[in-house]
Amino acid sequence: MTTEIPKYKLKDLVDKPVYFSGGHRLCAGCAAGSMARQVTMAFNKPTMIFNSTGCLEVASTIYPFSAWEVPWLHVAFENSAAVASGVEAAIKGMTKKGTYTAGKTDIVVFGGDGGTYDIGIQAISGAFERGHDLLYILYDNGAYMNTGIQRSGGTPFGASTTTSPAGKVVPGKTQFRKPITDIIAAHRIPFVATASPAYPEDLIGKVRAGLDADGPAFLHVEASCNRGQRFDPAKSIEYVNLATQTCMHPLYSVIDGEYQLSRPSARIAKDPSKKVPLEDYLKLEGRWRHFFKPVRQEELINKFQAEVDKRWADLLKKAGY
Amino acid sequence: MKRIAVTGDDAVAEAAKSVNPDVVAAYPITPQTIIVERFADFVADGEVDTEFVTVESEHSAMSACVGASSAGARVFTSSASAGLMLMYEIIFIAASSRTPIVMAIANRAISGPINIHGELTDQMLFRDSGWVSMFSEDNQEAHDQTIMAFKIGEHPNVLLPVAVGLDGFIISHAIEGIEPVSREVAHKFLGGERKAALKLDTTKPMSIGLLHLQDYYMEARAQVRDAQERSRKVILEVFNEWEKLTGRKYKPVESYKMDDAEYAFLTMGSTAGNARTAVDELRTKGEKVGLIKIRVYRPFFGDDVTELCKNLKGLITIERSHNFGGPGGILSSDIKSALFNKRLSPLLAEYTIGLGGRDTLIKDYHSIYNRSKEAFNTGKNLPLFWWGVRE
Repeated sequence: MTTEIPKYKLKDLVDKPVYFSGGHRLCAGCAAGSMARQVTMAFNKPTMIFNSTGCLEVASTIYPFSAWEVPWLHVAFENSAAVASGVEAAIKGMTKKGTYTAGKTDIVVFGGDGGTYDIGIQAISGAFERGHDLLYILYDNGAYMNTGIQRSGGTPFGASTTTSPAGKVVPGKTQFRKPITDIIAAHRIPFVATASPAYPEDLIGKVRAGLDADGPAFLHVEASCNRGQRFDPAKSIEYVNLATQTCMHPLYSVIDGEYQLSRPSARIAKDPSKKVPLEDYLKLEGRWRHFFKPVRQEELINKFQAEVDKRWADLLKKAGY
Repeated sequence: MKRIAVTGDDAVAEAAKSVNPDVVAAYPITPQTIIVERFADFVADGEVDTEFVTVESEHSAMSACVGASSAGARVFTSSASAGLMLMYEIIFIAASSRTPIVMAIANRAISGPINIHGELTDQMLFRDSGWVSMFSEDNQEAHDQTIMAFKIGEHPNVLLPVAVGLDGFIISHAIEGIEPVSREVAHKFLGGERKAALKLDTTKPMSIGLLHLQDYYMEARAQVRDAQERSRKVILEVFNEWEKLTGRKYKPVESYKMDDAEYAFLTMGSTAGNARTAVDELRTKGEKVGLIKIRVYRPFFGDDVTELCKNLKGLITIERSHNFGGPGGILSSDIKSALFNKRLSPLLAEYTIGLGGRDTLIKDYHSIYNRSKEAFNTGKNLPLFWWGVRE
């Protein structure tokens, strides 16, 4: 059975219940919070959430408070995919014996970029290889923001972090972001996609599709962090949208191995003049300030643009453009 | 009841089969444990209903166990040595999450150098994690304690994970006769399937594993402390119930020929077997010697130990475990603390033996006894000595 992404309209979404309540302690302008709200709007049956250590976990559940209105479990940083594997197995095992009676239960895992690209990738790969029926959501704000903006495998090229600072000799992070979505897609699981909180209908549809997929699903959400990426909190959604408009974070799905661009990126594929130059995004965020001040670093900007172009071209080929 | 000849690993796997857990998640590779291979046979042949999760590491094994147990499942796993070390972070979280996972540990030496043979240090090192921790002397004990562990851990006054140790190779790979407990008896003993009162429940949403800062962390840890304390009574109740059911008697601290003993060996795990034989042989020579065996290591039943020690002239601790730079051996340091608490001070000789599976023969126990008694006769203690090491 091929998974289909439901097409929601904003007016369909206004009445959807949200299971992530206000009063949490995420920063103003944190796109992880927007993402979390949107994700829970896709829920339509008993659902449980498993959260890796990170901003979302810490800020939503400082004892004795919790922002979650569905069962929620945090165990550690690197193991949420394994924890969720165990729960999925428990539900199966107890259902067989008649001691679990809630019926089909959706399982959502949240991990940040550090918990996904780096320390958690083994557990994720293992869970996907074993075929556990769960949706793993990577919220990628491009560094270990919770612990003080250290670089991760998901930190984009050139970004200045506390462990890849822009110095006199080294211009921020010297490596490109690990192509995590390709790596996961190579596991040949039923559903892989990217999303952005700037496109709620698309994100919510993909969450629903991932949960309905018969087996493991993965969603890579770009989630801006104004503290770590250094910009005005009011601009969070506007800037995270630029990641998609520049094709640094294109929106697409890989369903049973078939690549398909989602509408915001398909629009650019059809009319390349709509592709925003990367520079227009980089110059807005403090993490790339050294690309422009005190002197413009043409070579770095071009190098980054060339890599984004190459990855975009690869994606277009896979998606049949 | 029918007796079968099986290895210690098989004895544990048979116990797990009788329990028929909801989930077994294991990575039995570093080093490998036959317990899980045998259990996989039961799954493949449809002899259990268990969901068997073949995770990609021990870290994920314990993580999956915590998840499954949090969902209310009855959960079993096994590990040892380096694999156990990889689990360490989650071992502590398993206790604080109050997940009554049962883990059989075919105790083996820690790397490095890499070794894989029998030694108890691996399990003893997580004594401060909150787990109930027990050791076995033989295959029957490993079998019985695996089943009893579920009842202890799942008791509403406890809700802690339980580790059952069996010496690597010496028990895990050696064949002995056991009386296996049937599925019917095990389930009657355990009261049917697990009934978790607090769990991930979509009709009663609860958040588990929250951030506890300075204002609540100590209280959260104190709950684990209190559960460990409450487990003492539950352990005794479960042991008593097991005796009524099977006729096999278990005590947290056991003694052999201690009534008139002036001297005693004190040990834990399979070494108690040789020590018992040595006691018998020394008794024929007129030596008033006995044996104290620690079965339950955490919680530590110190008063039971000191009660047995109060008339002793000299105590000889023998442990197949090691540490460095401490105030004695890992086990003997506990013993010394317990004695001090009761203001008891028998003469003491401390030994570390048999690391990395090295044989310690009955004749070694004679030599250890003679060396110790010689010191005791001159009123001296003997500090921790690594028996048989080539210096």
